[in-house]
Amino acid sequence: MHAELDVAGISLDFPLYHSQARSLKRTVFSSMSGRMASDQRHRVVVQALRDISFRLESGDRLGLIGVNGSGKTTLLRTLAGIYEPVVGRVRVRGTLNALLDPQLGMNIELTGRENIMLRGLYNGLDAETVAQLEEDVRAFAELGDFIDLPVRIYSSGMMVRLGFALATAIRPQVLLMDEWFLAGDAAFMEKARGRLEDMVRGAEILVLSSHLKPVVLSWCTRVIWLDAGRVRADGPAEEVMEAYSAAV
Amino acid sequence: MSLALHATRRRTETLDLTPEPTLAARQRMALRDLRAAMGQWRLCSVLAWLDIKLRYRGSVLGPFWLTLSTAAMVGAMGFLYAALFHMDLHDYLPYLALSLVLWGFVGTIIGDACQTFTASEGMIRAMRLPFTLYGGRIVLRNVLVLAHNLIVIVVVFAIFRIVPGPAGLLAVPGFAFWLLDGLALCLLLGAVCARFRDIPPIVNSVLQMIFFVTPVIWKPEAVGPTRQWLLPFNPFFSLLEVVRGPLLGTIPSAAVYVSAIGSSLLLWALAWLLFARVRGRIAFWL
Repeated sequence: MHAELDVAGISLDFPLYHSQARSLKRTVFSSMSGRMASDQRHRVVVQALRDISFRLESGDRLGLIGVNGSGKTTLLRTLAGIYEPVVGRVRVRGTLNALLDPQLGMNIELTGRENIMLRGLYNGLDAETVAQLEEDVRAFAELGDFIDLPVRIYSSGMMVRLGFALATAIRPQVLLMDEWFLAGDAAFMEKARGRLEDMVRGAEILVLSSHLKPVVLSWCTRVIWLDAGRVRADGPAEEVMEAYSAAV
Repeated sequence: MSLALHATRRRTETLDLTPEPTLAARQRMALRDLRAAMGQWRLCSVLAWLDIKLRYRGSVLGPFWLTLSTAAMVGAMGFLYAALFHMDLHDYLPYLALSLVLWGFVGTIIGDACQTFTASEGMIRAMRLPFTLYGGRIVLRNVLVLAHNLIVIVVVFAIFRIVPGPAGLLAVPGFAFWLLDGLALCLLLGAVCARFRDIPPIVNSVLQMIFFVTPVIWKPEAVGPTRQWLLPFNPFFSLLEVVRGPLLGTIPSAAVYVSAIGSSLLLWALAWLLFARVRGRIAFWL
């Protein structure tokens, strides 16, 4: 079965609840008095995504570019099924792995081994494969005996390596990746590159969100430029990157 | 050099998010959530177990601190209240031990239910998992705690030579109701408390009140024979009684069962309608 990703006309609003607007008192009182009700309608809503459509098939490599706050990460989260759109639809066929942030649901109070087990179970691996995963991650992240200590006490380098090793150990058909993944010190990047490129090549569909022009140009064939939650341009990587560089 | 692990079970999975604001479509999505959570039962039980392990990491007795503190509470309250209420210790202490342990389970589940989603914010925002799974985690976690506290009941029953007869088996379906109700509470309170952050303190103070108006430390007979019929109007009494009664050798009355089953159905209907309605919004509230 080939992977496929289909996004049709999604819009997404982000309600920003103030500390007061969020409370029950505000809601109860606002429904009782007219003045407060008009206040309630002023609820700040961030229009995170507006009418976004695209379709990716096996072999497609899409880059998402745009300034901070243009909706790149929200779009990735929506593709991963974490945020459900109210308007439009998202269809993803195939296994999916979303590398959104370095911690990625890691519990820093748990040991490295426990975190690895949880990730394995999340991905539906059996006990034997979890053991394999453990060995793989331990070796790559150079955890050594630290694997049985809480992640909280790891050095920041160790933590990044663990997050990276965990995230890249499982090969999805559809890979969603945020730019943090490409940030790291030079020595680490050197080591990580092979593993990352392996995974990117193995994935049928890649969606990468990044600021970095060389990364987008070397990995992506198509680029969507997001501006304030809307698609400003969509086309071949070089073309869109050129327009983006000229505008920013 | 790295090995390529593939997510095996989810291989053929298709994620299809097509919002239809109809009741039927929302129910379908909520049902799918429930089914997916059952498919992830291994992850759910490991999360529950790690919660307990984490809470007592580095302590010598571990979860048995719970057992010890329950035992101390039963001992202290048992002698005092038996004297205050002029009751026979042989009769009262087993009743109190059982009541306190069972109430501990009910009370903690209700308290924890408020944080079903808020406490798992990191996971919810990092990966798509069925929301019901977080509810299952809380119910399972509390079953594990209850298992540790059972020792207190066993010891007290052994000291006073109480053996639940065949009627005791009726506690099993009663407890099954508790598990289902616990999950419903997690979905209901978890969603409401994620949206309105001042519900948890309200829940806690109401819980405190219920503890005193429900026969937990006092016996149901204490209300007098003419007012007995009022008790099943308190669903907490009925639900407590369908587990406690059989274990102490009394078969609960039909009124108690009607009240327990009726309130469970009501709770599930309410929880399900709300959960189906807001499931897709929970991630935005965290």
